[in-house]
Amino acid sequence: MADYEPWNETRAADIIAAHAGQDGATIPILHAMQEAFGCVPTAAVPLIADALNFTRAEVHGIVSFYHDFRSHPPGRHVLKLCRAEACQALGAEALAAHVRNRLNVDWHGTTKGGGLTLEPVFCLGLCAIGPSALLDDKPLARLDPARIEAALEAAA
Amino acid sequence: MTRVFVPRDAAALALGADQVAAALAGHAAVTRTGSRGLFWLEPMIEVETPAGRIAYGPVAAHDVPGLLAAGLLDGAPHALRQGRPEELPFLASQTRFTFARCGIVDPLSLADYEAHGGLNGLRRALEIGPARTIEEVTKSGLRGRGGAGFPTGIKWKTTADAAGEQKYIVCNADEGDSGTYADRMLMEGDPFVLIEGMAITAIAVGASKGFVYTRSEYPHAIAALNAALAIARREGLLGADVLGSGHAFDIEQRAGAGAYVCGEETSLLESLEGKRGQVRAKPPLPAHRGLFGKPTVVNNLITLASVPFVLAEGAAAYHEIGYGRSRGTMPIQLAGNVKYAGLFEAGFGLTLGEIVQDIGGGTRSGRPVRAVQVGGPLGAYFPPALFDTPFDYEAFAAKDGLIGHGGVVVFDDTVDLAAQARFAMEFCSVESCGKCTPCRIGSVRGMEVIDRIMAGDRVDMHLDLLTDLCHTMKFGSLCALGGFIPYPVMSALTHFPEDFRAPQKVAAE
Repeated sequence: MADYEPWNETRAADIIAAHAGQDGATIPILHAMQEAFGCVPTAAVPLIADALNFTRAEVHGIVSFYHDFRSHPPGRHVLKLCRAEACQALGAEALAAHVRNRLNVDWHGTTKGGGLTLEPVFCLGLCAIGPSALLDDKPLARLDPARIEAALEAAA
Repeated sequence: MTRVFVPRDAAALALGADQVAAALAGHAAVTRTGSRGLFWLEPMIEVETPAGRIAYGPVAAHDVPGLLAAGLLDGAPHALRQGRPEELPFLASQTRFTFARCGIVDPLSLADYEAHGGLNGLRRALEIGPARTIEEVTKSGLRGRGGAGFPTGIKWKTTADAAGEQKYIVCNADEGDSGTYADRMLMEGDPFVLIEGMAITAIAVGASKGFVYTRSEYPHAIAALNAALAIARREGLLGADVLGSGHAFDIEQRAGAGAYVCGEETSLLESLEGKRGQVRAKPPLPAHRGLFGKPTVVNNLITLASVPFVLAEGAAAYHEIGYGRSRGTMPIQLAGNVKYAGLFEAGFGLTLGEIVQDIGGGTRSGRPVRAVQVGGPLGAYFPPALFDTPFDYEAFAAKDGLIGHGGVVVFDDTVDLAAQARFAMEFCSVESCGKCTPCRIGSVRGMEVIDRIMAGDRVDMHLDLLTDLCHTMKFGSLCALGGFIPYPVMSALTHFPEDFRAPQKVAAE
């Protein structure tokens, strides 16, 4: 669970300056933006473009290419539920249907009240103990409806 | 106080290892380690006794008071006592070269690493020099463990011979294949073996900078490697003068951003350069023009981590294990619906049936095994009829499959292979980088055609169309994503045709 900062151009400029000396700084800058603001705000795009000698369109193309980067901050918690084959072999699809139904959100959606954002993920490397998920940075394993609800309640 | 080892591997954490460590605090000196890779026993804790380590597992925090009362710290009997870990059949029958220390050492103690044979490979490489180091790796028969199986020594030689002041080593730790977790385990359990392997590579080819590109889905592995890199710099294993040799080499870790295709080497290089992770056409090879246009060795993490053993023990020791042209060991990762799920490092050549039935113990659900997907989302689904296939690059290719990064995902008889084939196309459509048409458009059309087949709509015609589309994707795609997605689709169709006919049967009844 993270407390995100409101948009602040000076803060964004500091983030860019801290990484601009790195070779291929784009992805590190985008990660740092998202860590600070919960997303890559649209207002950050021209700043990044100027600093890295890209056009705004190119930066937009980079941001939108990667699944990780959001345009709006997520809910207070993020649940990344694995949808890949090893978890499918242990019922991940039925589990995902249950979670979506229970929370009344689809993939990438945020619950009413902003408590939780549900994201699909294709493998967490917990393939021996599936179905698995990452709740914020906490790994969860051998999930079934009861276990996932207990984890969500404990976090709420 | 008696020493007790508790894993900090992400899988052990998911099963409550932190709570177990907290419950032991004050009663024992707790050392956090990686995992031995026996996940049905995790969290598996080990007590240091005069008779060696004694393992207990799976331990929950609420088991700890009872274990302590029963004499855990003396290795006393208990229902959870597993005995000496190295005598457990799952471990005793392995050949652990690359994973020799994983689950045993403190991952963030360079002293522990050295005490268990670490740095011998790098010291020998410094002693014999770059040319003989490359020769040694070539002679060992080591091939790329990312899946392509390209001879590592030849790749290194190409980069070493390429002209250029600045060269790079790039470690591909974008372990995106479902069913694989070897990179993650090693980064969390023995990160110094990767650092040592990259240092050997760098000195052999004349590179001064290395990057590790780690997927963002692995926050614990990223943290563990960053901590190890800081220690390596402080202790002089990395920096201006590697182990006092005069060679300069440093490593920077970069996190990916959720794109599966960035596991493809040229897409990974684009991403490292700060661009969209779109595939490059080859040639030029990365060995000639790679990262920022400079000669670059791109190797999988397991390839690089296998190098210290090759140098320390000699090419012959590595080469004598294996099968056919697949030399040395492979960390096979048992995953999905399998009873004894875990990491099994062994020489190539075990049959798929031995891996799934004898080592894996069949399914976790207790139902019959119906299909096994080997090699991740781009790998084929094999039926039990193909269980005599030896685990070997060429043997799997001959049966229209691949071993990939060594993931083995087991499914029981409730699996619907038409749904799995549809998922393969869906996954490809989500993860396609968009550069080439067969992959970008073909995957969407493939999903639609399979939907029609599953709905019973003109099945024969649509099966022909799907087969034709797979042919186009296989031969027309720029990289292995679009090029290999036909493996899971066509294997499902070839070995499990009845699953594609189900709606029609229902309609006829």
